[in-house]
Amino acid sequence: MRYLPNTEADRREMLAAIGLESVEELFSDIPEAVRFKGRLELPEAMSELELRRHMAELASGSSDLDRFACFLGAGAYDHFIPSVVGHILSRAEFYTAYTPYQAEISQGVLQSIYEYQTMICRLTGMDVANASMYDGATALAEAGLMTTGITRRKALVISSTVHPEYREVVKTYAGGADIEVREVPYTDGVTDLDALQKAVGQDTAGVLIQHPNFFGNLEPVSDIGGVAKEAGALFVPCVDPISLALLRAPADYGADIVVGEGQPLGNPVSFGGPYLGFFAARQKFMRRMPGRIVGATVDAEGKRGFVLTLQTREQHIRRERATSNICSNEALCALAATVYLSLMGPSGLRGVAEQCLKKSHYTLERLLEIPGVTREFSAPFFKEFVVRVEADPDTVNERLYERGIIGGLNLGRFYPELDGCMMFCVTEKRTGAEIEDLVEVIRGCVR
Amino acid sequence: MYPKDLKYTEEHEWVRVEDGVATVGITHYAQEQLGDIVFVELPEVGQRLEKGESFGVVESVKTVSDLYSPVSGTVTAINEELLDAPEKVNEDPYGAGWMIKLELADEGELAELLDAAEYTRMLEEEG
Amino acid sequence: MTEPLIFELSSPGRQGYSLPSLDVPDKAVEDLLPAEELRPEPPRLPEVSEVDVVRHFTRLSNMNHGVDNDFYPLGSCTMKYNPKVNEDVARLPGFINLHPYQAEETVQGALRLMYELQRYLAEIGGVDAVSLQPAAGAHGELTGLLLIKAYHADRGEARDVIIVPDSAHGTNPATVTMCGFKVRVVKSDERGGVDLDSLRQALSDDVAGLMLTNPNTLGLFDENIHIIADLVHEAGGLLYYDGANANAILGIARPGDMGFDVVHFNLHKTFSTPHGGGGPGSGPVGVKEVLVPYLPVPIAEKRDEGYVLSYDVPKSIGRMKAFYGNFGVAVKAYAYIRSMGPDGLRRVSEDAVLNANYLMRRLAEYYDLPYDRHCKHEFVLSGSGLKKKFGVRTLDVAKRLLDYGFHPPTVYFPLIVDEALMIEPTETESRETLDRFAAAMIAIAKEAEEDPDRLKGAPYTMVVGRLDEALAARQPNLAWRED
Repeated sequence: MRYLPNTEADRREMLAAIGLESVEELFSDIPEAVRFKGRLELPEAMSELELRRHMAELASGSSDLDRFACFLGAGAYDHFIPSVVGHILSRAEFYTAYTPYQAEISQGVLQSIYEYQTMICRLTGMDVANASMYDGATALAEAGLMTTGITRRKALVISSTVHPEYREVVKTYAGGADIEVREVPYTDGVTDLDALQKAVGQDTAGVLIQHPNFFGNLEPVSDIGGVAKEAGALFVPCVDPISLALLRAPADYGADIVVGEGQPLGNPVSFGGPYLGFFAARQKFMRRMPGRIVGATVDAEGKRGFVLTLQTREQHIRRERATSNICSNEALCALAATVYLSLMGPSGLRGVAEQCLKKSHYTLERLLEIPGVTREFSAPFFKEFVVRVEADPDTVNERLYERGIIGGLNLGRFYPELDGCMMFCVTEKRTGAEIEDLVEVIRGCVR
Repeated sequence: MYPKDLKYTEEHEWVRVEDGVATVGITHYAQEQLGDIVFVELPEVGQRLEKGESFGVVESVKTVSDLYSPVSGTVTAINEELLDAPEKVNEDPYGAGWMIKLELADEGELAELLDAAEYTRMLEEEG
Repeated sequence: MTEPLIFELSSPGRQGYSLPSLDVPDKAVEDLLPAEELRPEPPRLPEVSEVDVVRHFTRLSNMNHGVDNDFYPLGSCTMKYNPKVNEDVARLPGFINLHPYQAEETVQGALRLMYELQRYLAEIGGVDAVSLQPAAGAHGELTGLLLIKAYHADRGEARDVIIVPDSAHGTNPATVTMCGFKVRVVKSDERGGVDLDSLRQALSDDVAGLMLTNPNTLGLFDENIHIIADLVHEAGGLLYYDGANANAILGIARPGDMGFDVVHFNLHKTFSTPHGGGGPGSGPVGVKEVLVPYLPVPIAEKRDEGYVLSYDVPKSIGRMKAFYGNFGVAVKAYAYIRSMGPDGLRRVSEDAVLNANYLMRRLAEYYDLPYDRHCKHEFVLSGSGLKKKFGVRTLDVAKRLLDYGFHPPTVYFPLIVDEALMIEPTETESRETLDRFAAAMIAIAKEAEEDPDRLKGAPYTMVVGRLDEALAARQPNLAWRED
């Protein structure tokens, strides 16, 4: 029991010190009826060496992106992570700490969150940001709930171009709070504005979209924001943080709350989690925000320091009237994002975004040279695009896998009408050679 | 601590009536119990309040308390200065720390409130 | 020494990154995206070198206290040691570099791990099925109450009240509201458990369920749990187990056997995964048979052809988050359970409880002990006496502990204890550490008597003195601005 320091002698002496003879006595208040009398049916304990071998064997049972070139995106993005990020995250003072309740002994975490909040504000153009949510999907769902709290209306309108799983999460959360969710169809890969106009009304608390959307396309954000505003609803775009190096800040097109998935910022794809949801809003909605928020203040000598603030919004104080029940967030993932953004700076982030943009457009251009590959939508896109392939997408992906490539998403899985369509993502990590391989394999498939 | 010309509630609000207009705030005891007040949320002017209805909240760093209207009436003014300087409630609860003004709907309700002596006795009994 | 903000270290033109040159034909951004969608100016991020970044965040880490620094007896948070090997194995490429939408055949190792962890947690919890999807304890609570809501709705019953004890974590009532339920509070009795009379009064045909932590937030096992379960079930309600305190019961008592229908575990508490300065956590939810039809999707299953993610849950409440939960956290918890085995886990709870009782008795002479009985993995003291006698508050005791090199306990919780100090030593602390902490607490109690002002001004040895929280809340400064 390498993690348990008490020896038998320690236990005896400690028991003696409190006037007991056996540890059993400490559990005498557990009624017989509910005692567990057996032995847990779990595998026997492993030594560290055995554990390492076992875990290595389990890990080797999967095909990881160190060995395969990934053209799959759809909410989890294979961007490059500089070594510094992992080294900072391995500082035990960060990763073995809890939520910074005692500010004076937690200045490291607190200051890093303040820096993170500042970066999120600068990326989005918003006034305030929180310390993070579980992921992009729950951030969007909580933003939806927040709009109903602010407007006292009971319906949300969400575009069908929002990530299908995010929409499901929004519906799960909304269902709990008895809020109606209306979905708006898409036309040519972006939100249908006429349908949106019809769906948004006096009962609409928030209009939720993704930009670039699930298909990678740029939404007509100004028009959508206008529709929301006209109805007195709040406008909530869910954005890709890397894209914000190139695209307008959401504050500029009328966003009231901005959320997104922060994983692309220095966090590995990690089979879907842990990620972090970022969450930012206009100043006037500050006290309605969910989650932890860090603020700057001073000590008695006027020295700058950081504390958790506006805590009366939160569950531990406001209890059933809290803005959310969230407690743990994704602080370490937010630290990764902060370190990543510090390293990249304005020019590095722009460099990453430009490479995504140019490589994805080049890949599409090359794919379209293949007879039997057509573009599904005409809207401008950022790093993901949709093509219709005259071949079974699953077969295409199998052929690609044989060439060391994790292929695109079979869109029929989420959109039956897009059966036969594939969505590819091209990040800055993909090389010209990998793109050539992809094109060649697909050419072989449609022949 | 508890001016004789004011009326009080068991929830620690005070009322001052002048020409049919009631000014409402929280008592010295309430502000002391709350500690440093950091935020006050007040209703909109024109809102109609029933006696005992919540008209806002007052927050310290780690507590939130509802504010209850001592009398029925229509809000004619709110103390907007508190939005930027909530500490005035601590510094001067019966003066600069006032919260709302109400046009009284029923002067008869005033008789149901506590006077300074009754309020002080209540505090003593609560210990 | 305080540390400048990363923005204050910025110098135009400095860079901390490198990118490969573009190896596909170049095109102007303006040719690929509409001009009106482009950002006129780049986001104002810091411009710093790699060395600047490393030093800045290393210095920030030096201003922080973790379990690896020293004792961290934060009640209800189970700040046990986070095994290093778990960190290493969780970073294997076969776990950390898997895309969630890869074909299932290419992620068999990951799916097998999820499947096995679901089974282990079901065995430990005494339940029939487990979902790994919730990202944290509160997220597990939300999942659990949505399951209860779906269960009643499916049966055509309109029940909208959840009973919560007055000692409950704030997440409990907050979750109740998020699920469209109403909170009904029951009192604690003089032994610290649920008051049965109060419970009987609270039960009626509008009750959907009860949320309970057992051992509760006072660190006390509710001796009437089987009676409570029967009462709630007889009234048609279900029982939710808040697993925040499960570190006391591993292999000793199982929530499922106690009568709970749904339970969440905090992998970041009970199963040793690090708290990361506030996250990521993981809050898997386990359920009895009656709630299996409503579980969130997907669930890892073992079939003839291998491990798969099953979406075949017709009455599912839906999804709680994108993808499959905090997989990276699950890997560490899995490694922990494999390291400990059945006997090791039981020993964890025995030692956690022994450590807590030992420390409680060491301190009971110097602080008030509101519930004088065996505690479980944690205990609650009151600083009420210090406040009355010397005007010293629990907050002052907590801040003074910082000067002694310890992270303070949880303070002012649970709400039903005046000036509460909630202390959870965990099983990974040695007797010597407990003695050292006790000595500090006793020294502080004496300081309270001899020099109370010394405590009120604490801490003195931190990078900053006591911070003005009122100022932070009155004039919120949540993001840095150059001015």
